[in-house]
Amino acid sequence: MAAPPLLTMTGMTKRFGGTVALDDASLHVGTGEVHALVGQNGAGKSTLIKILTGYYRKDRGEVNFAGKPFEVASPRAAQDAAISTIYQEINLVPRQSVTENICLGRETRRFGLLDWRAMHDEARALLRRFNLNIDVRRPLGQFSTATQQMIAIARAIGFSARLVIMDEPTSSLDDRETGVLFDVVRQLRSEGLSVIFVSHKLDELYAICERVTIMRDGRTVHSSALSEIGKFDLISTMLGREIVRASGQATAFGAPLVASGSALFSAEGLSDGRQVRQVGFTLRKGEITGFAGLLGAGRTETARLIFGASKPSGGRMMLDGAPFAPRHPADAIAAGIGFCTEDRKIEGIVPEMTVAENMMLALMPKLARAGIVDEARQRDIVAGFIESLGIKCAGPDQKIRELSGGNQQKVLLGRWLALSPRLLILDEPTRGIDVGAKAEIQKLVNRLATEGLAVLMISSELEEVIEGAARVFVLREGHSVAELTPGEVTETAVLQAMAHGAAVAAHV
Amino acid sequence: MTRQFSLGNFLASNGVVLALAGVILFGWLRYDNFLGLFNVMSVLRYNSMFALISLGMCFVIMTGGIDLSVGATAALASVVAAQASPYGAGAGLAAGVLAGSAVGVANGLIITRLKIMPFITTLATMLAASGLALLLAGNQTIPVSYKTAFTWLGQGNLWGLPVPALIAAVAYLAGAVVLNLTSSGRTVLAVGDNEDATRLMGLPADRVLFGVYLACGGLAGLAGVVLAAQFGAGQPIEGKGWELFAIAAVVVGGTLLTGGSGSVMATLAGVLLLGVLFTILNFENGKGWISLSAYWQSVIRGVFLLAVVVLQARLADPARHPTNADGT
Amino acid sequence: MSDRGLMAFLGRHGTLAALIVLIALNILITKNFLTLQTLNVNLTQVCTIVIVAVGMTLVIATGGIDLSVGSLMAIAGALAPMIFLGTLFGIETVWFAVTVAVIVALCATTLFGAFNGWLIARFNIQPIVATLVLFIAGRGIAQVMTNGNLQVFKVPEFQIIGLGRVFGIPVQAILMVIIVIAAAWVLRRTVFGRQLLAIGGNDRAAVLAGVPVARVKIAVYAISGFLAGIAGLIVIAINSASDANLVGLGIELDAIAAVAVGGTLLSGGRATVWGTLVGALTIQIVRYTLLANGVPDAAAMVVKAAIIIVAVWLQQRGKRA
Repeated sequence: MAAPPLLTMTGMTKRFGGTVALDDASLHVGTGEVHALVGQNGAGKSTLIKILTGYYRKDRGEVNFAGKPFEVASPRAAQDAAISTIYQEINLVPRQSVTENICLGRETRRFGLLDWRAMHDEARALLRRFNLNIDVRRPLGQFSTATQQMIAIARAIGFSARLVIMDEPTSSLDDRETGVLFDVVRQLRSEGLSVIFVSHKLDELYAICERVTIMRDGRTVHSSALSEIGKFDLISTMLGREIVRASGQATAFGAPLVASGSALFSAEGLSDGRQVRQVGFTLRKGEITGFAGLLGAGRTETARLIFGASKPSGGRMMLDGAPFAPRHPADAIAAGIGFCTEDRKIEGIVPEMTVAENMMLALMPKLARAGIVDEARQRDIVAGFIESLGIKCAGPDQKIRELSGGNQQKVLLGRWLALSPRLLILDEPTRGIDVGAKAEIQKLVNRLATEGLAVLMISSELEEVIEGAARVFVLREGHSVAELTPGEVTETAVLQAMAHGAAVAAHV
Repeated sequence: MTRQFSLGNFLASNGVVLALAGVILFGWLRYDNFLGLFNVMSVLRYNSMFALISLGMCFVIMTGGIDLSVGATAALASVVAAQASPYGAGAGLAAGVLAGSAVGVANGLIITRLKIMPFITTLATMLAASGLALLLAGNQTIPVSYKTAFTWLGQGNLWGLPVPALIAAVAYLAGAVVLNLTSSGRTVLAVGDNEDATRLMGLPADRVLFGVYLACGGLAGLAGVVLAAQFGAGQPIEGKGWELFAIAAVVVGGTLLTGGSGSVMATLAGVLLLGVLFTILNFENGKGWISLSAYWQSVIRGVFLLAVVVLQARLADPARHPTNADGT
Repeated sequence: MSDRGLMAFLGRHGTLAALIVLIALNILITKNFLTLQTLNVNLTQVCTIVIVAVGMTLVIATGGIDLSVGSLMAIAGALAPMIFLGTLFGIETVWFAVTVAVIVALCATTLFGAFNGWLIARFNIQPIVATLVLFIAGRGIAQVMTNGNLQVFKVPEFQIIGLGRVFGIPVQAILMVIIVIAAAWVLRRTVFGRQLLAIGGNDRAAVLAGVPVARVKIAVYAISGFLAGIAGLIVIAINSASDANLVGLGIELDAIAAVAVGGTLLSGGRATVWGTLVGALTIQIVRYTLLANGVPDAAAMVVKAAIIIVAVWLQQRGKRA
């Protein structure tokens, strides 16, 4: 790159109390460049970004932006200085119109009052660049996550950003929507904007980024063109150790197990009157069954039906050969089903409670005597799981909100395993978790299946589904369109089914 | 693309206006002089105070907050205004509004700087304002001065309409303009919708929050001025329960307590609805067929609020989704 | 102690520290502070607040609030005399009449409380609004029942709950202590208590973990109603009179203040019954200190407001540290 770098951060140091978050870290981003920033959770990526965008103040270091020294004290100031951030969760206001989400903070006025017509026009013009022709007067929340993501980018462009930071932007997008996003990123690059792309998804990084900076333990351990480092080396640099990969697999699942048992659970013609229309599948003991499908296919919603968290409007479910119709999650739990949800922050952890209290939340009533909590037995069980799941915490009495995402997920896993379920539903069990913890969880799920647990795994990561599940049901727009039996589960087959529908007759 | 028409949606957005039309119709059919000039003017005059505080409360609730101090603030302002009334109508007005604004400033600062929840903050300022009102008034009511034009603000007419009603009308118009046509107004809704996102979008959330509490206090102050001018005295113990009227009016008007959406005009309809209901009760008593003591009014208001709230819960806000198979 | 450490300490124990300081201050400057009479006066005034505040603590633990407690006190206070005075129906034996009166009054407030809980659980109505209904209508019901008239009585069998003493300690104080201990134990050691905190901490997670959220919510508001009923009965017993216009007026604010000052998170998920007791005592002592030293009641209100703000602020800062 002959042009001077757009952004240079050198010697960045930041401490929080006793913890060192950044230790002489650095980052250099050129003009018109898409730059990957990778590292495990806790490596320092977020801290670096937050200093850049005005959340934190650096302790030491130099930041230069567009050739001049740079320091901001608030997100607003960062935005004014042409640095915009797109977050993992859509940080916009869903009840307000699309136009407001794009234009607020930069309004057009006439005689001192808002000129709605001009703002609507401007919003439409910005969105047309992404081939989006939507009614900009409608509330943002009525549109899909992918569309909302685009609108967030449109906002950034509207604010004349020169640098756009994207933090896990594709975590809620399916492959098609990700493709659209990448086209947008390429467009931005051709216009001279730079993008810092933070992500755990290596395939995407290799598809869209030119350069990469790897961080570990608060330091920058590698910075080069992406073409100069392969995936394998990238991961090992991130983890700081060699990871052994057997048979070129991308995940830590072993060879998929094939169960010989009969069906533990089956569903036929299931619908919930909304997103689930006609879903049928079987789950077997000792087998990991995967649900593959695009966003909105109805996988999570189907899981909620199994668990009694939603009311079916049609269809039948059978457990152990007998009809099964749970009215509350408590019914499903009593029948031996556990449900580890998609979003641990919203539906999983109780933040003010301790690790032990969170883990025992579902089991607690069963352990109680006359309504009184049995502390002693709980302690034992919790200690057992902390060890067997490898949960890193200061102890069972630590508040769960202080743990990292991966460890929180393990606590939640423990919550369900403590019930000794017969069927465990895992919805995106490794989302937002760093590589190391991900592998641990995948190995764990494998082991549980070996021990006889029936597992239903919902995952948007194709490789996770393909390598982990022995049998895959593909859902598409609320219908189960294909069942891929052991041996048939390949990337092509799954993608075909997701794209085109039934290749194999749906199991009804 | 228009939203699909559904009875639920229609009722939710227009319900209060329909209900208002309904009760007015009922009153007109049933009682003599219900729509007579005297009655209409009285209703408008009396309810102007509540209209003013409900406007302020509407803005506060739209940010997802609440202001329990409006009643006490109005009482404090009425005392201050009464004490300033000998110096002129303008002095009384200014003094009352300033007193109310001072409480609003306290609320705004505590909520945005000390980051204490609005509920507990305004609970405390309600207490403080009540105490201050009693202290300033020496535990008595303060008669206003009739030597100046002060009482005109409460008892007078202008262009055939009661002055307080005109004041309220101007306030509501200004409120509607601010909400729909200024960036601050839109930011108010954004803050109630998702406060964190609003900050991340670079919008001045704190400034707007401070502003709504300041405005709410100022409007409560104005209501206190009208109170003193209308009844001829500053009353330090008046205002109890006013905040509840305001919340009820706002809720009945369709604004969500969680914030993020709402309408100034719907709040006005809510105020009028509650006010007209009160009048109907008086008329019903006058008819002599039933003799409802004043105590029944609380019961009826409560039942009414209940009906509205349950209806709203069933019809509105599709953002909620049930977490149990049995719909709870 | 470093600044952060001090903040954390104050946050967790600030109210208790303040209480101790206040008591010490009073011993120094207020005449006759360390007398049994002062203790009695203060206890009497604080007992009903504490009893109501305990119920409020449990409700707030679930992330809710109960504004109807004052009105429920008025209902209990209106209903009971009507029974033991024979206004509603005649009962021969005084003891029997009193028993029936107490049971009916408490059943009424408990049912009303359950009604609150039902509105909240079944229709997803916000607790502020749901309990607002009874706040407005409840006192009206009490007033309608008595037509706003004062009920005066002298029934020692009933009034022992307000005026009686055991070994010199007022009965109501004993009731208060029993209730505090019971509630603290329930919160800490029972499944129900854990469920309350789970609902307040993350109600969606609680549902998915099999917690019977609807049942628990109805129960906790019923408990709040029950305790409000007890408080109402105590108040009228002390006063030998029941005025539906006045019983319990403003107590919801006192209760919420006690809960907040005591360290319970108003957003739910973390609660302490002992903290509420300390909070109520602190507010009471402040009020007493001012009154006993000639500060007008109105000024005391301003001071109380400032205390609430400072206490909550310190607690929040302590939590963040």
